[in-house]
This record gives sequence, C-alpha cells and structure tokens, in this order.
Amino acid sequence: MSPTPPDGAPLPPAIEVAALRRTYDVKPRPVVALDGVDLEVAPGEFFGLLGPNGAGKTTLIKILTTLLLPSAGTARIFGFDVATDTRRIRRIMNMVAGGEQSGYGILTVREQLWMFSQFYGLGTREGWRRVDALVEAVGLGEQRLQRVSTLSTGQRQKMNMARGLLNDPWILFLDEPTLGLDVSAARSIREQVLAWKAEIPGRTVLLTTHYMAEADELCERIAIVDRGRILAIGTPAELKRRVQRDSIFRLAVDRLDGGPAALARLPGVVSAALASDHAPDAQHVAVNLVLREDAALGGVVTALARMGSQIRSLGKSEPTLEDVFVALVGRGLADEADDTAPLPPSEADDDLAAAHAPSHDAEAGR
Amino acid sequence: MSAPHSREPAAGGTPRAMTPAERRRAPDPRAAADWTARQTAETNLRALVGRAYPRVRGMFREPSWLFFEIFLPFLGTSAYVLVYRALRAPEAYVGFVVLGGALSAFWLNVVWSMAGQLYWEKSQGNLELYFAAPMSLMSVLLGMAAGGLAMSSTRAVAVLAISALVYAVPFHVAQWWLVAAVFALTLTALYGLGMMLASLFLLWGREAWHLTNVMVEPVYFVSGLNFPVGRLGAVGIAAIATIPFAVGLDAMRQLAFPGSGLLTGTPTPEAEALILVAMTVLFSVAAHWSMGVIERMARSRGSLSIRWQ
Repeated sequence: MSPTPPDGAPLPPAIEVAALRRTYDVKPRPVVALDGVDLEVAPGEFFGLLGPNGAGKTTLIKILTTLLLPSAGTARIFGFDVATDTRRIRRIMNMVAGGEQSGYGILTVREQLWMFSQFYGLGTREGWRRVDALVEAVGLGEQRLQRVSTLSTGQRQKMNMARGLLNDPWILFLDEPTLGLDVSAARSIREQVLAWKAEIPGRTVLLTTHYMAEADELCERIAIVDRGRILAIGTPAELKRRVQRDSIFRLAVDRLDGGPAALARLPGVVSAALASDHAPDAQHVAVNLVLREDAALGGVVTALARMGSQIRSLGKSEPTLEDVFVALVGRGLADEADDTAPLPPSEADDDLAAAHAPSHDAEAGR
Repeated sequence: MSAPHSREPAAGGTPRAMTPAERRRAPDPRAAADWTARQTAETNLRALVGRAYPRVRGMFREPSWLFFEIFLPFLGTSAYVLVYRALRAPEAYVGFVVLGGALSAFWLNVVWSMAGQLYWEKSQGNLELYFAAPMSLMSVLLGMAAGGLAMSSTRAVAVLAISALVYAVPFHVAQWWLVAAVFALTLTALYGLGMMLASLFLLWGREAWHLTNVMVEPVYFVSGLNFPVGRLGAVGIAAIATIPFAVGLDAMRQLAFPGSGLLTGTPTPEAEALILVAMTVLFSVAAHWSMGVIERMARSRGSLSIRWQ
C-alpha cells in the first residue's frame, strides 16, 4: 500500500531504473559493473537484490543513493533523477551498510546519533528526542552513554540502523546490513527493519544481500543479479517455482575431489553447488544438488563411490532461493567465483582498503 | 520501534514552511523532498553545528590535549626566548616569538585537522554519509573549522598568556580594533585555505601527506615564525602575498610592537589587512568551487567510496 499525494495523482515508482549501465575505467581494461539493468520498485515495497560479490549490487545502490553517476541509462527515486535531482533524493532517503564504521569513537552512542540528526536538519531538542526514541527502539538503551569506540560489532550495527532511521526516510537502502553479525544480532536488525517499515505505508526498502534466507524472509520481491545483469525478478515463491519441476537434494559427503563441478557434469544433474551455509572448515562437504528427476540420483551415488567419497547424509528438500540462484547463475554463492570478470573498484578496493588501511586514533579522525 | 508518526498534512490550507518534524511527516515522499530556501539554510546551519560538535566534545572528554597542545608548544617557544635572551637580542624579539608560538596553533590546526580531515573522513566511511545527507558539504567544512577554532583558540590564548606572564613580554598595542580585525581576518583566511586544502587533499589522496610535511617547517621558516619575516627579503614578501599565516603574523607583530624598528620591509598593517580580506574571499570561493568539482569527479569516477587510494 502506498500513500496518495494530496493532489490525488499516483506516486511514481519508488525506484525506476532503465537501461542502466556503469563502467569503471580501470586498468588493464574497463570493468562493466552494471550492464543494462531495468528495474521498477513500487512505493511501500520491500525489494531485495541477491547476488554474489562483484555482481553489481553495491554499484546499483551507490547510483540510487546519488553517490555514483550512471555511465548510461536512467535511474529515478520517486520520480527524481539520481543524476540531477540529488538534493531532493537525499532529503527522503537514508542508507545503512554492513560493517559500517562511521562516526567518531570519542562520542557516545547518543551524541553520535544526535550529530547525524543535525545533518538532516532536525531541531536541537527534536534531534535528542528522536535519538532517545531510536536508541530504545534498536535495543541500545543500556549503551546510550557508552562511547562508540567500545561497542561490539552487533551493537555498532544497531546504532548504524538507528542512524539510518533518524530522518524517517521514505526509502531506505540496506547494503548487506547483517554482514558479519551473529545470528541473534542479525535477527534483531531484521526485526527492526520490518517493524519500522510496517509503521507507515509507503516506506520502501531496498536490500542487497547474499544471505538467501534473509532475502527470503524479508523481501516481497527479489531480483537475482550476476555480473551486472538482472537474471530474474519475482516474489520468492515465483522464483522457487522456476525450479519446482526439478528434484532437489541436500547431500553431505566426507570429501569431494574435484568439487561440486565433478557432480554437475554427471547425466541428469542440472546443477551442483556448495551449500551457502557450508563452513569451509567443516568435517564434511555440503552440496545442493538439482536433478532433472529422482532417477538421476543413482548415477550420483555411483559416481561418489567411484571417487571414494562417503555419503554422510542425503535428503530431498523443497526448493530454496539458493537453488533458484544456482539454476540461474550456474554456481552457488559459496562456490569460488569465476573470476573472468574482475570486481568493480567500489567493491574490490574496499577489500584492498581493509588490508591496507592505515592505523589512526580517534583524534586524527575527529 | 518508535511510536508511529502520522503522515497527515499539517492543518491549514495555506502553504508554509514546514518545521523539520513536519517535514518528516509530509504526506508523501515528493512533498517531503521539496524544501524551501529557509529549510535548506537551517539544515546547513545545523549541520555546521553538528560537525563542530565532536571536536568541541573531544576537548572536554580527553583533557590530555592540554598537555600536548599547551605545555609542549610553551616549551618550544621558551627555547627561542632563552636563545634570544642569551644573545642579548632586542626584547621585542621575545614578543615576536611568543606571538608566533601562539598563532602557530591555528596554522597547525589548519594543516593537520582541516586539510587532511576529509581524507580521514573518507577512510572512516563518513564521507559517503556526508555526501548522502541533504546538507551542503561546505557546512561540514565550516563545522570542522569552527570546532578546530575552539581548540586552537584555547591553545593560542593559553600559550600567549603563560608566555607573556612568564617572560614579561612588553606588548604596546595602540590600535586594539585593528588588532582584533587583523586577528579575525587571519583566522578567516587561514580556515578558508584549510577548507580549500581539504578538497584538494581528497583529490590527491596519499600524496597529499607529503604536502602536509612541506606545509609545516618550510612554511614556518618563510613565514618568520620566530623572527621578523621582512628579514627574508623577497622570500618574505612572497610569503606575505600567499600565506595567511605569514601576513597575519607580521601584521599582528607590527600592531603589538609598534616603533620597535625591527619590522621593516613589509606592507603596513592596514595593507596586510586588505591582503587578508582578499585571501579570505579567494580561498573561500576556491573551497566552494573545488568541493563541487570533487563531488562531480567522485560521482563520475566512483572514487567516493574507495576508502584507500
């Protein structure tokens, strides 16, 4: 449900993207981060972008948040062009990214949020009131007078979430908001977002994530993105129906020489990919198998025996977004990325930054 | 979550400027995005205060800076005072050193906390949030300057007061109003330069740190931190024409120690005040222009989000 303006005219889409393309001029050759993306998100929708690292999710979100210009094509937020109407867009949006370290460690949680509230023009007292309400809402009441530099990762992300809601945005961009959080903290963030969105009709959320379960739980519609292109858009149920005709099995073996690719080549196997929740240091290898029919399973078992792999468990499962992803992309999120296309700088260099970031104290950044 | 906000339009049919609270409760996103010039100005002013806040708060939260920012500079100044007295130099030289030591607080603040600040903000991830907020980036720069001024002024006043008392500096100020004007103009020119440098440092990235080093000791030398800049001849004149610290310091010395006969070869304080006015305008316009260029370049090249380059 979306709000209706006083003049009765229908609201334009919350997000409207047409033939969007973004390239980065880097050596040795330009990188195409977005390659002709078309997308429309209705006001009030919770929309997800699902894709592996380097798929173009962050580039798209940076264009929509006016931090990056498109190389070609158009993008609009509630009818405002991201290239020319930046001021208007910035007044009605906010964004929160996973692993965000923004602000100043010397300030308390309450002070830091108040500082950000001033950037959105909230009155002095109104800012403090808003901060106090949000601090309680995100469950940081006990930490409100604690210095930001002493917060845990989960607490910090809750504070970032509160920052993202300070201006009561009409559209909220969430870029991997639960990245690196434990199960409990991630659940808390998801609950906060859902509760906030439910308060007012028309609040729109764009979420990028590579956590399939998170996208499934939160999003009304999802776009699966890979290498700068949208491969499919639909509700989670619609997307799952795409692979409903196949048989899906979850297989755990003690070892798997040649990786899932060895199974993907077998007759009757549509795809085989490491399960996204597979831990690299686990004592077994978990693989999601999509078969044309159950009968193909015999060939898989025989092949595993030939490879010397011992089956720990095998079960048939309902299709998940992960199966959809594997069927569309040809590999799982947990698989090694096929690096024929390098990461766009906005993502690749952030990794570089993490490795080479200079150490500095709070004083320097104050 | 917080109590639900009503998105009902404000009562009354006459369009008027919305308060920030009403703006957040605007009935639809397109209405919420339309701000009046007054709302924009208010937001920029609040953003200025918001950005100054951490610096001012930090002053009180970590008092250790009092030692580093007052006691250590006092020792540095004292060294020169003792040397001049050992050499039986004219007593006015002691005053020159004390004034230089006090004013250097502002120059150091401009070089270290202004010029490099946006670069630090970028590495911390703040810069993206600043760009994504509906305020002018100039508000951030002015907020940084205002916060920096608070700390630097404390240091400058403390060093000046302590040194003047300990070494009995013979100030003979006749034109207080001109001293105040020159001081204020020195600060506006200095921080205008700092705002311009902040943009340029952002553009140059790591290379800018070499510039920071160049801007401390060499600038101290050509600006005559501890001696009359006129002694440097053409170099001193060039410094007065280009470096606000040099021109401001010379003007203050002329006004604080009139008739000493040691401050020759430089323009009058009134002329130097005009130079400072020109510098203030030039640096402020350049800062505003370069900030716009930086934003366009960053959005075009995608370098805004690269935290280390």
